[in-house]
Amino acid sequence: MDKIKKVYSDEKIYKKLLEDNNITIEDALENEMVINMGPQHPATHGVLRLVLRLDGETVLKVVPELGYLHRGYEKMAENMSFIEFIPHTDRLDYTATLCNNVAYVLAVEKLAGIEAPPRAQWIRMIVAELARIAAHMIAIGTFAMDVGAVTMVMWTFRERERIQEIFDRVAGARFTTSYTRLGGVASDIDDEAIKMIKHFLDTFEPGLKDMDDLMLHNRIFIERLEGIGVLSKEDAIAFGVTGPNLRASGVEYDVRKAKPYLFYDQVDFNIPTYKEGDSLARYFLRGDEVRESVKILYQCLEKIPAGEVLANDPKKVLPHKTEIYTKMEELIHDFMIINHGINPPVGDSFFSVENPKGELGFYIVSNGTGQPWRMKIRSPSFCNLQVLPKICQGAMVSDVIAIIGSLDPVMGEADK
Amino acid sequence: MDAKELITNKVKENFSDSIVEITDFRNDLSIVILPNKILELAKFLKENDELSFLMCKDVTAIDWATRKKRFTVVYHIYSFKLNFNLRIKANLEEEPYRIETVTSIWPSANWYERETYDMFGIEFLNHPDLRRMYMPEGFEYHPLRKDFPLLGIPDSLPLPQKPE
Repeated sequence: MDKIKKVYSDEKIYKKLLEDNNITIEDALENEMVINMGPQHPATHGVLRLVLRLDGETVLKVVPELGYLHRGYEKMAENMSFIEFIPHTDRLDYTATLCNNVAYVLAVEKLAGIEAPPRAQWIRMIVAELARIAAHMIAIGTFAMDVGAVTMVMWTFRERERIQEIFDRVAGARFTTSYTRLGGVASDIDDEAIKMIKHFLDTFEPGLKDMDDLMLHNRIFIERLEGIGVLSKEDAIAFGVTGPNLRASGVEYDVRKAKPYLFYDQVDFNIPTYKEGDSLARYFLRGDEVRESVKILYQCLEKIPAGEVLANDPKKVLPHKTEIYTKMEELIHDFMIINHGINPPVGDSFFSVENPKGELGFYIVSNGTGQPWRMKIRSPSFCNLQVLPKICQGAMVSDVIAIIGSLDPVMGEADK
Repeated sequence: MDAKELITNKVKENFSDSIVEITDFRNDLSIVILPNKILELAKFLKENDELSFLMCKDVTAIDWATRKKRFTVVYHIYSFKLNFNLRIKANLEEEPYRIETVTSIWPSANWYERETYDMFGIEFLNHPDLRRMYMPEGFEYHPLRKDFPLLGIPDSLPLPQKPE
């Protein structure tokens, strides 16, 4: 009672409080409270809904609810041809559309036995790495914004904007690129685009340094994130976490090194890892990965050979439009592929690549027709979100925001 | 001995009577096992020192529609030690379609199995929290079954009432 008297110095209120026996401050704090965060919440990175059970400000339990962006892409894939699904991969992880395009066509090519020409594969590497930088820029920027550093998001989006301009030049679209084709890419990259990429890489490093200066000398930012949302190595593996979140917990696993696809075995790069496994480590790791991507891009630009960008495989690869309009053979093949599909052999295959969010895999079952019998998308954001209840336990409500930001989920991919 | 031979030999040694088939297509090794042995196999693959498949990457199912064994449950697991992706399949016999959960061995299977339950209606026995993953509670159908139409079933999802 003395405590109340101290807080409510007004005599009138104090008397009123004494009359009402049901309300005391101690009681209010001892009650557990269930609150609902999302699905429409600016800090949940899309339509993620969390139901939190709180004791005061401490989180006792978190239950994530997914499905607010469920569009049924797996069902749609079963009802369309392999080529028709390429634009839909843009809508999975919409921060790195080109990575998804590359992942999907590689998965189908593995099943159907198509080999893209070397130049096309190097181009795929270039655009995938550019998309990785763009995605990490969003991840870093929005994460910093979630914990209060609003300047950062302006700076990272400025860099991302320059990458979007390169995509505009290369793929003809800034956002929904749909650039890759089965057996190659839609169009060759010209000298102008290469010049743009070179200019971007040369001027990107100082920008990165500015960002580091801004955040790494920021005591508020460091102390806010250090030791928050610690994910141990064992838990990360057990819960199927992949990508930067896994590497921040000290597991050196990157699909680009473990099972090299494209020409990742011919370029020299490191896998940055951190031992701490907290939100700060996940933030640092993305910055380091961006630097590795820059390194890969320089090597790609050096090593890219001249040549075709579409495989010469008339039964499986769509010919270029100008040829369809002028040559009979190509017209027939175009008709056959569009109407009957590419008909991969009966069987199933799983193929996964390293996406900015983690390991994106496609499990495709073919029954020998032009449409997949079953396609399963193993989306990294879905698997990474699963660990959220584990690492949010015992944190503060405000830390939940920081932890979601550091895990960097994209709901377009998690909900499929 | 490369990883493929090692896994094939080890599994054949210990599960000779419950292996249905071991196939190798497009360099993907897959083991087809009887559904009632899945838990034992999972435990063996994870805890064997030479194999140590620590991570479960994916659990899903295939609806074959016209086959007698209608559903196949598919697991993708990964071993850091061997750097190897392995696929396990189990063909479910008859209704009710159910299989033992592997959540106790790979905690990540929790959500994957919930998703499979939601989409195919396959019941995972002893699952700690078997709710729908994407579709709302009270939805009666399982969308990825082949008999569910692409356009959906009218009135299966109640829409909010228009305010007067």
